[in-house]
Amino acid sequence: MTIDKRIVRKEALEKLFEILKQNNRTIFAPVSKNGKTSFKITESYSSIEKDFIQTTQSSKESVFPRTEKILDFTKSKNSLDAKPFDILQVPEVILWGVRPCDAMGMGELSAIFNWDSKDEIYNSRLSKTTIIGFSCFKADESCFCTSVGGNPGNIEGSDILFTRLGESGDWLAEIITEKGVAIVAIAQDIFQKTENQDKNKYLAEVPVKFDRETIRKKLDAFFESEEWVEQSLKCIGCGACAYVCPTCACFDIQDEIHGKSGSRVRCWDSCGISQFTLHTSGHNPRAVQSQRWRQRIMHKFSYMPERLSVYGCTGCGRCSRACPVDMNILEHLISIQEVTL
Amino acid sequence: MMENIYMPYLMRIEKVTYEAPGVKTFMLKFVNNDDQNNFNFKAGQFGEYSVYGVGESTFCIASSPTRKGYIECTFRQTGKVTNALAGCEEGSIVGFRGPYGNVFPLDEWKGKNLLFIAGGIALPPMRCVIWNALDLRDNFKDVTIIYGARTVKDLVYKHELQDWEKRRDVKLITTVDPGGESPDWKGEIGFVPTIVEKVAPSSKNTIAIVCGPPVMIKYTFPVLAKLGFADNDIYTTLENRMKCGFGKCGRCNVGKVYVCKDGPVFTLAQLKELPDEY
Repeated sequence: MTIDKRIVRKEALEKLFEILKQNNRTIFAPVSKNGKTSFKITESYSSIEKDFIQTTQSSKESVFPRTEKILDFTKSKNSLDAKPFDILQVPEVILWGVRPCDAMGMGELSAIFNWDSKDEIYNSRLSKTTIIGFSCFKADESCFCTSVGGNPGNIEGSDILFTRLGESGDWLAEIITEKGVAIVAIAQDIFQKTENQDKNKYLAEVPVKFDRETIRKKLDAFFESEEWVEQSLKCIGCGACAYVCPTCACFDIQDEIHGKSGSRVRCWDSCGISQFTLHTSGHNPRAVQSQRWRQRIMHKFSYMPERLSVYGCTGCGRCSRACPVDMNILEHLISIQEVTL
Repeated sequence: MMENIYMPYLMRIEKVTYEAPGVKTFMLKFVNNDDQNNFNFKAGQFGEYSVYGVGESTFCIASSPTRKGYIECTFRQTGKVTNALAGCEEGSIVGFRGPYGNVFPLDEWKGKNLLFIAGGIALPPMRCVIWNALDLRDNFKDVTIIYGARTVKDLVYKHELQDWEKRRDVKLITTVDPGGESPDWKGEIGFVPTIVEKVAPSSKNTIAIVCGPPVMIKYTFPVLAKLGFADNDIYTTLENRMKCGFGKCGRCNVGKVYVCKDGPVFTLAQLKELPDEY
């Protein structure tokens, strides 16, 4: 399928934002505050951050919130009333300003949440989210999308992808999905027909740092390597890498109750935390940090490709930026690629 | 129409049986008849049991699929949820999601001898298979059960042990750890692996099903090997911490194998392929 390409003039992008707002769409867009850029409900185009590499948190929160109800209940002595979370409550939202690595992450989350059993809560959130991606025109040393099957102008996962065409300030819009077509339909005048435009020269340069297939093959025989200990010596097991990751989907399930009524909630968890696999007996299959670090890398670069046919990393680099002890996944992956077994 | 896969069945606690210090068995019946009519499981599968307001906990279904209309679970009070469960009375409502996981291949075992070896609180996951096999007794040849616990008090299903003892088509050997015997104890005294070695069951045309604490399993496997059991004829069930039960929450995997989806039932041959992460 060839993708419909349109031009959106510099000043017309704001108009598109206004049209979407007038159509009662809730728009989440990157907003900067106190040095952090995060997706917030945004009312005015001027408050949107335009000059950023990456939001601090990924956009996964929109489809997999850090805490969400999965069911509600009311209990009395010998009776109980439980109701599943009403998916009709999930709002239609637009995610504006998503980077291609985050958009690509949605596919990986979908693979996890639909492995045999379909997670209707996740699926309904994703189906009600329209993703307006923006290609990257700059990158930093933590970025490595090109090493994991992505690129700064990757359309995968976005419904529409905008690429700024250099100094002109005009935008190339690629209309990728039905949801994207629906946006064009309500803003016909904004999306002008265009000759074939080459977006590549306007994209950030992200050099390829490693080959993920090579790493995957290496990992098959790497489980017992001392390298895991070496790499994870400074890891404090805080879980920050997982929380900022656009593809980490590990979760906990907990109950909350106030008086007679309460909810069962699902919340983000991390394989880096020591209690994650702790048995009630006290036995812990991943008792030390090196085993937990190994799990993180093996899951993303070995288990997921094998079991789900997708890798669990989009090269956004957030884990390296967020790590309080400066662990850098890119360095570690490169050293796995280079180590001789 | 998709369904919320986290929604438990509502179950009424029909009967509570005290098994051993800190160990209880619940007989659970479906509150909703339709749920009961649509429910099917096989020996070896597990579920998530919940006390609403406290949380969920993972254990096997301890009753046999041949016994319809209810399920049973046996648990030891150890954590938050099992303590809350232990506080539930007959008539209370709890939640159950399942069945999840793979099964013991009883169909493949037709015409074979079955040797069950269990330690402590690990008899419950095996009880499901034992009753399943005994309810289809003609399908199998000799049935031998070797069961040990720390002390006489800690033996679970005491009434059923007596039933099995009396049956002529079951050979039951019970044992307690040295020092765990009572004055009137008539069973064996010794650790399970030692007793297996002493009883020396034949490996000919025999499937061994082994469940117990890691240390018991570790020392029982070499004994079975010495008796001539092939790795493919030795079965066990793994336990790992779980939240979802269907491959999403990310904690039960042993390498690329997910205990919730690929297990919990594994042969020793399969275990030997796994990294030491369980």
